[in-house]
Amino acid sequence: MIELNKENFEAEVLQAEGLVFVDFWSEKCEPCMALMPEVIAFAEKNAGKAKFCKLDTAGNKRLAISQKVMGIPTLVFYKNGEKVHTFDAGMIDSGGIAAVQKKLDELV
Amino acid sequence: MVYDILIVGAGPGGLTAGMYGSRAKLSTAIIEKGKAGGQAATTTEMENYPGFFRETTGPGVMGEFEAHAKQFGTVFLKGNVTEVSLEGEVKSVTTSAGETYQARAIILAPGAEPRTIGVPGEGKLRGKGVSYCATCDADFFEELDVVVIGSGDAAIEEAMYLTKFVESVTIVVIHDEGILDCNKRSAQKAFENSKFKWVWNSTVEEIQGDEMVEGVLVKNIRTGEKRVLEVNGVFVFIGAQPKTDFLKGKITLDEWGYIPTSEKMETNIAGVYAVGDARAKYLRQVVTAAADGAIAACAAEKFLEGHVEGRLTREDIENLTKGAK
Repeated sequence: MIELNKENFEAEVLQAEGLVFVDFWSEKCEPCMALMPEVIAFAEKNAGKAKFCKLDTAGNKRLAISQKVMGIPTLVFYKNGEKVHTFDAGMIDSGGIAAVQKKLDELV
Repeated sequence: MVYDILIVGAGPGGLTAGMYGSRAKLSTAIIEKGKAGGQAATTTEMENYPGFFRETTGPGVMGEFEAHAKQFGTVFLKGNVTEVSLEGEVKSVTTSAGETYQARAIILAPGAEPRTIGVPGEGKLRGKGVSYCATCDADFFEELDVVVIGSGDAAIEEAMYLTKFVESVTIVVIHDEGILDCNKRSAQKAFENSKFKWVWNSTVEEIQGDEMVEGVLVKNIRTGEKRVLEVNGVFVFIGAQPKTDFLKGKITLDEWGYIPTSEKMETNIAGVYAVGDARAKYLRQVVTAAADGAIAACAAEKFLEGHVEGRLTREDIENLTKGAK
């Protein structure tokens, strides 16, 4: 997965053609850490269908807020630089990665 | 294979049951969808588990619980249990990925999740200023103003954690001035903290904002007066609800969704036990979850040896649910 930060976010996500997936996470967030292995497996399984990225919100707080993310874990799909779908912590908890997979299949 | 004991959920109750089961030389597995530790692993503020008070954290103590169970040979399985088959001698659970695991005794430790307030704006603004996890999201609110809803132990302790980051924490309390639901030690610390502001006799009616939280509409329940507090964050700590939806129709639940059990953690089905926050009980803490886990594993051991029936009768349930609050 591509590590995003202030320097590359614009190019990798907002200026990117096609589908981009971003996992907003931070080490202090236990649910994020619990989710991470599943997200990595999801990215590997679907390689080629989208660009898979993660953004550590510690140190990139303003960037996250500029993307209207003020709570984590949050998973966002962008298409041609536009935000098309957001999974908040509650949605992730109830639907799991299966719901994210379903959304990806719809968007591809 | 058929395990002796299969535990659903790796919070403190499940982990303790795993440790006791494995130590009793029973083949014991725990199935968990996320990371071990349950709700306790999502809070850094934990100073009431006996013996652990020097700089300990929820994740730290839960890591020790997990290591302890592993040390005695507990098997850790990964999966989100969505189906259960509890009747009969061999019971089974099935995950959302379609995997099925079998055991002769089952210990249910599904835990609880934060209760939502159920007001307009709450769902829409989750992750955009509405939060149920201070350690996850406190960073976003550096030098901003936030509201905390609730006044129990969790609310006041998490609010205390938030003060390390935010400009101010306004606590909306339903009770009269000076009355909090939390323990006296936490209340005293909160009243002495200058970052706290208090709104008494009040409830939250609405969380406002289009794309991000902009304010909270509070109502004074005495005077009926409504006003808007301008804040960027709303942290909700008003208790929990049991994660027992997958057990509906399979096992007796009380009207709030909690699982009634006997003193031996027996449910209404022979060989099926319940522990931790999802159980109908008086005090939900790491220490009581651990106690439940130890009792359930021992009761399951006796059941597997064929010494006891291991079941809560209809009469027991009626007495228990009558007594429940």
